[in-house]
Amino acid sequence: MADKLLAGAREAIIAKVRTSLGVRGDEPGRRGLVQSRLRNPSRNLIPERANKPKPEQLKLFQSMLEKTGAKVRRLRSLKALPEAIASLLRENNLPMRLRAGNDAIFDELRAQPGILEVLSGPAEADDVSGLTHAAAGAAETGTLFLLSGPENPSTLNFLPENHVAVILAADIVGSYEECWAKIRERFGAGNMPRTVNLISGPSRTADIEQTIVTGAHGPKNLTVLLVGS
Amino acid sequence: MQPTSLNFKENASRALHDTQLQRALGNVKTGFIVSRAAARAALPEFDELRAAAAEIKNHVLENLDIYLEEYERRVLESGGHVHWARDAAEASQIILKICQDAGAKTVTKGKSMVSEEIGLNAALEAAGIAPVETDLGEYIIQIRHEAPSHIIAPAVHLNRDQIEKDFRDLHRSLSPERDLSQIGELVSEARTMLRQKFLAADVGITGANFLIAETGSSVIVTNEGNGDLTQLLPRTHIVIASIEKLVPTLEDTSTIIRVLARSGTGQEITSYTTFSTGPRQEGDPDGPDAYHVVLVDNGRSAMLGSEFQDMLRCIRCGACMNHCPVYTAVGGHSYGWVYPGPMGAVLTPQLIGIHEGAHLPNASTFCGRCQSVCPMMIPLPKMMRHWRERDFEQKSSASLPKLALHAWALFATRPVLYRFAANSAARVLSFLGGRKRRFSSLPLARAWTKYRDLPAPAPRTFQSLWQERERKRMRHGR
Repeated sequence: MADKLLAGAREAIIAKVRTSLGVRGDEPGRRGLVQSRLRNPSRNLIPERANKPKPEQLKLFQSMLEKTGAKVRRLRSLKALPEAIASLLRENNLPMRLRAGNDAIFDELRAQPGILEVLSGPAEADDVSGLTHAAAGAAETGTLFLLSGPENPSTLNFLPENHVAVILAADIVGSYEECWAKIRERFGAGNMPRTVNLISGPSRTADIEQTIVTGAHGPKNLTVLLVGS
Repeated sequence: MQPTSLNFKENASRALHDTQLQRALGNVKTGFIVSRAAARAALPEFDELRAAAAEIKNHVLENLDIYLEEYERRVLESGGHVHWARDAAEASQIILKICQDAGAKTVTKGKSMVSEEIGLNAALEAAGIAPVETDLGEYIIQIRHEAPSHIIAPAVHLNRDQIEKDFRDLHRSLSPERDLSQIGELVSEARTMLRQKFLAADVGITGANFLIAETGSSVIVTNEGNGDLTQLLPRTHIVIASIEKLVPTLEDTSTIIRVLARSGTGQEITSYTTFSTGPRQEGDPDGPDAYHVVLVDNGRSAMLGSEFQDMLRCIRCGACMNHCPVYTAVGGHSYGWVYPGPMGAVLTPQLIGIHEGAHLPNASTFCGRCQSVCPMMIPLPKMMRHWRERDFEQKSSASLPKLALHAWALFATRPVLYRFAANSAARVLSFLGGRKRRFSSLPLARAWTKYRDLPAPAPRTFQSLWQERERKRMRHGR
């Protein structure tokens, strides 16, 4: 019943759009213009602050994140990752256990049993800490780009109360547009992983009396481990 | 929801005497305005970005038929479903059917204004499905059975003690002795209560800030993370979005994102901006198995090509209401429907009819602040004037404003008559004004004198003073 009733809706809406705009829809000029814009995405104005040499870019990335209440720790290399995570959990009185996907960046961590326990798979309701690896970062606002998949399940970014995100300095660029370029390179133009999370701070709300409180529904604590220089 | 926009005057006068509401509205006047100004100052290109963002949307609107087709194609290619709804009833019907087919009992929801517009919760409840609003502000107003009073801060009309009482009434399973005096404790309690709902939900419904034609993605811009838990945990994700949410590419989306949060909350960017494309892909350990997009027209297509087309650029940041002297005095509920403030004054008459919404375009001082802060440079005052004109045209020729204007025109087009009338009126009123030189009550002007005195005019009109000055000048030969 419902399907039959609604069958004409698509055509009716598109027809109404065309009538209102005074167009037919088969004009080659218009369709060509749209298709070429979609096939060759071009950049609009990019703020000057995204255009900095690497050391300053990393500083901007860090300070933008810290302004939102996120913590940033700099690591010399990936070798320092297991100890950095262990001391982070220890200092915050958290269980020496966290969950991560099968991203190769965490192989070293898993190969060193005894320091901490690394669980696998998507997040579960009682996980206290989640660990993911950001594919890219935009310095302009201190924004991490995290991609869904078995390497880094998206639920790990949201369900546990503590989120630890690892990013390599080499993957930090100035603008959002440069991050999209990296993702297009990896997945092919027009294709996306199921979920792309741009994360720029811990979960927060100001819904009661405009007072900012962190830890609304997502992680109360976001710690970014920035590896390399 | 049943509009009460016809009662704007009564709503507003009640709001002005509501001390709780006035206390809560004080937060809007400081918080949002100060942070927006700071965010704007920190980005020198801000105004250029606004122009670029408006340009993108203009291009989309001019080619909306093609963008809708291209977007639909990409969603289907990524394994999602696209549904089209001409109006509110169709949209609710489609969503209800998807929920029923999924065997849903509980549905979690991220914040969506179009869901408020179509009255989705009532439709789901009527069919025995429990919708749970998960955005903190929306959760609070849902348990109070209220409508949102602001498009990005739905519970901005409330104070913490009111919310504490609601939580105590509703969350009976928790200890009555618990301390809820701090805002952090209220947030934490909502987090605990809603956590169970996220995990139990069969379907998650979110809105969309953008629909991207290049990739077939829907985008949500949030701070709490509730939208992400809503769309990641259940087996079915439904996106409800109106047709003007289309943007061409990831680059275009990025440009508009740069002005969105800065204009609304005054953040550089929100904590979370999430791009969702289709259902979970091969090998994905989480994410929904089914992805549905419901495209809602509900009056938008009729705005294209009209004097209201520019309104379709709106990205729902809330800056216009935050800066509006009328909104910040009377609050969102006075407007009587889903969309308040200047954007609501333009949108509501379109969506529920000019008869119902006629008061709203008049609830403006025409100060122009809404337009000056709008990230999409929408000429809101101009469009409110268009509605006033339409309303005026539709009024019968015997209506009081029309009769009064005809009377005025009778004098204004006859200079001799006008001068005579103006001079006599000035002399009489000036005399009657007495030594105080003002009236505390005056027949025919009670609406004015009820609240303030009317100053008495000068005994002579400007025209007569000017003529005398000219005469003197001629006499002195200058």
